[in-house]
Amino acid sequence: MSFNIIGKKIPKKDAPFKVTGQALYIDDVELPGMLYGKILYSKYPHARILHIDTSKAEKLPGVKAVITAKDFPPHFRIGFMKDNPPLKGTKVLSTRDEIAAVCAISPEIAEEALDLISVEYEVLQGIFDPLVAMREDAPILHEEVGSNILKLPWRLVCGDVEKAKKESAYVVEDTFTTQWVTHCCLATSGCVAYFDVNNNLTMYSNTQIPSLAQNEFLEALTALGLRNRRVRIIQVTIGGGFGSKLDTYPYEYIAILLALKTRKPVKIVFSRDEEFFATSPRQCTITKISQGCDRDGRLTFREVEMILDNGAYTSWGATTPSVMMMPISSLYRVPNVKYTATCVYTNNTYCQAMRGYGNPQATFAIESSLDHLAEESGIDPYDLRIINANEPGEITPQGFRVTTCGLKECIEEVAKRLNWKEKRGRGLKKRGVGIASLIHVGGGARVYKSDGCGTIIKMDDFGKVDVFTGASDIGQGADTVIAQIVAEELGVPVEDVNVIHNDTDICPWDVGVHASRTTFVAGNSALFAAKKIKKKLLEILSKLLEVPPEDVAIKNGIAFSKSDPQKSIPLARALRRIHFTTGGSMLMAEHFYDPQNENLNKEFRGNLSAAYAYGTHGVEVEVDTETGKVKILKYVAAHDVGRAINPLLLEGQIYGGVLQGIGYALSEKMIYDNGYLKNGNFLDYKILTVRDVPPVEIVIIETNEEAGPFGAKGIGEPGLVPTAPAIANAIYDAVGVRIRDLPITPEKVLKALKEKNKG
Amino acid sequence: METKVQAKGALSSSIRLKVNGKIYDLTVGKDVQPWHTLTHTLREKLGFTGTKVGCDHGACGACTVLIEEKPVLSCLTLTVECDGKSIVTIEGIGDPTSGRLDPLQEAFIEHTAFQCGFCTPGIIMSLKALLDGNPSVTEEDIKDALSGHYCRCISHYHVLRAVKDVIEKRRRNGSL
Repeated sequence: MSFNIIGKKIPKKDAPFKVTGQALYIDDVELPGMLYGKILYSKYPHARILHIDTSKAEKLPGVKAVITAKDFPPHFRIGFMKDNPPLKGTKVLSTRDEIAAVCAISPEIAEEALDLISVEYEVLQGIFDPLVAMREDAPILHEEVGSNILKLPWRLVCGDVEKAKKESAYVVEDTFTTQWVTHCCLATSGCVAYFDVNNNLTMYSNTQIPSLAQNEFLEALTALGLRNRRVRIIQVTIGGGFGSKLDTYPYEYIAILLALKTRKPVKIVFSRDEEFFATSPRQCTITKISQGCDRDGRLTFREVEMILDNGAYTSWGATTPSVMMMPISSLYRVPNVKYTATCVYTNNTYCQAMRGYGNPQATFAIESSLDHLAEESGIDPYDLRIINANEPGEITPQGFRVTTCGLKECIEEVAKRLNWKEKRGRGLKKRGVGIASLIHVGGGARVYKSDGCGTIIKMDDFGKVDVFTGASDIGQGADTVIAQIVAEELGVPVEDVNVIHNDTDICPWDVGVHASRTTFVAGNSALFAAKKIKKKLLEILSKLLEVPPEDVAIKNGIAFSKSDPQKSIPLARALRRIHFTTGGSMLMAEHFYDPQNENLNKEFRGNLSAAYAYGTHGVEVEVDTETGKVKILKYVAAHDVGRAINPLLLEGQIYGGVLQGIGYALSEKMIYDNGYLKNGNFLDYKILTVRDVPPVEIVIIETNEEAGPFGAKGIGEPGLVPTAPAIANAIYDAVGVRIRDLPITPEKVLKALKEKNKG
Repeated sequence: METKVQAKGALSSSIRLKVNGKIYDLTVGKDVQPWHTLTHTLREKLGFTGTKVGCDHGACGACTVLIEEKPVLSCLTLTVECDGKSIVTIEGIGDPTSGRLDPLQEAFIEHTAFQCGFCTPGIIMSLKALLDGNPSVTEEDIKDALSGHYCRCISHYHVLRAVKDVIEKRRRNGSL
């Protein structure tokens, strides 16, 4: 198939705004009469609140409102388990608990007012270890729940694991642990809330879920006694998402209440400190995994038991086991699977979605354990993976219907480029190679009642196209990919397609930018809407050119007869002809696309995604046995993407994912000490800079997914999924030590080397 | 470069900044407080919101502007220290009359050297200082100039490509 615009390296549509400083982020929003909100957080990770005195703060000149829990309706809670009051009135459960909030005519005055609020606490014993919180004698953190174990029975059983374990020729068992890491969006969180004279709310927001946030804020307004109101979400340019904005946060409800009290726009923008301690990181996990294979290396079973530190409240982090099930059941062919996960309340920070949504934690355990199994069975790790690689047409134990699958090609390509057979196991100058693969949703993910996205298209008198999409652009390039898809279908230049994606008053519904779904779902939605408008357009052009509709073609904004190219008309002129006439019309079309995927049933089975993305990463490392430092010499990332709509942006997604993954594997960690974050700033929490980026070779495998727009599958998250195990496996190949606890710091490598030498 | 320096004294209550070629006289205690950072003044007082605040403690580089042609973290610079200085922000590097972008900006567009773009103005300002008047810039120089800039989308590869492209074009045109 040949394309005019699909597959081209087209710069991102918002690029001119971003390079000139014209792009407006949340902190750049200024409204007349705007006030500034600040939040007072708990001093202790676990305490009763005996008394709050806000009188001094209220008297400070410039302060316009001070609110505490008593200003919210008594039973108002947020989060999908409804266990989080936006302001805490009787008890605090973590150091990020919000106790009071202030708004004032300047941020400085608001800050000063916070210092004038006095809170009396009765300090309680904190619980910071999920294993301790699970004990019968542990104090209960949420009395109304009655247990520290969340009522989320994550359990997937396929086949007979016990029987398979007995019959396996080789069995390995390991325990892996992962750390808290945080999104570190360069722009901090924030919002501006204001009510108009009719008590309708407008929120300037960074959200990744405009339609769901709209719904949640409407619920809040109802709870505040404002029934049947409207909520409008206007997304500003979003300075990084990575999953961090997939839920609504207490600060947003605080801004809403402050705006309601003052009748003024109220802005809350986090400081970098707040961004670290008061937003929700990737959850840490304890994973016990056992896998087995027969004499020929065919996997027989996989058994995984996981404990997740939920923190003090519940956000989407608690649902990541629904995604962890995917690689556990369906990465490589494994007939018998058992997975259980337990989420436990502690007095730590509560967790959220982050790129990969549980998949990196699960894949670290699976792929590290697979190398262990390779060693145990004496089979080369490459061969073990090829023997068990998924194939197109397969139905996995969890019920995933694999359509396209380029996993084998990915593994082969990575091994070739790493020079696997030459380098594996040679231990040359403490160098080693490792590989790891991934499966991820690539055709949306039905985690909500709808996985849909709407599109409205209109064409104007000048031949230009406006596309109103539900999709959100968080920098990944949704605007550009959607423009390319529409331009390709309509035969107009990509510059002539304007994509509007930031206002719930004019854009249709979408479930949100998550699950690597935007290119697939919003792309299909745009494509089908474009097909509808094209059908109308061809009918009109057929009349104007006096040829049958099937003889009309459009290229570069000009319509012509295929059989007689002399007959042609610019689109703009055709559109004006049908507009400016008695009984005239304008071209518009809409489409709501909801993919053919399934919610998981009560047994957690079902075809979660309409297509699956596969990939393999390979890495060559050099380990310094004096210091324990790991240096990445070569990194190959092969991904089955269906089709590359825009290789420039696609590379951006893969590079970004891989490099975040390397940080996850080697350096990033939020250090909590008894509930207090110790490294919550950019000096002590290290993300990779240009000095730390190793050479990364990207391999694009195109499998042309029939259900995807022009064959494309999702690629937003896969880049960071197999990074940590690929590196861990390479370190083992280099120096013979397996690090089972992320991040793999030089200290851990050195300690393991010392122990190995002792042994 | 022409900068008019005001006589300063202990009682001086006014400072003069030249920002993107335009003179601003600011009264200390009214327009500017002694504790205001340059970031704050540029963004909140003078409306140059292209300068971004990523951390406000000198770690991320997003707030980088040029003072007397040198890249400086404006979040760690007090405005009152800048009396008489010439400052350039991201809004000031194109051609003000034609609106033509700086070659760096053009290259950043062509290579889409960002995703979310929040770190981009700061990165471009550091690179601007590196390239201007410097005929022989090596990859190590570029990495040095960028080492103080965080980018969480991790667009470093695309940034390197964009800068190299500018250098290459400059070499071909024989211009600095």
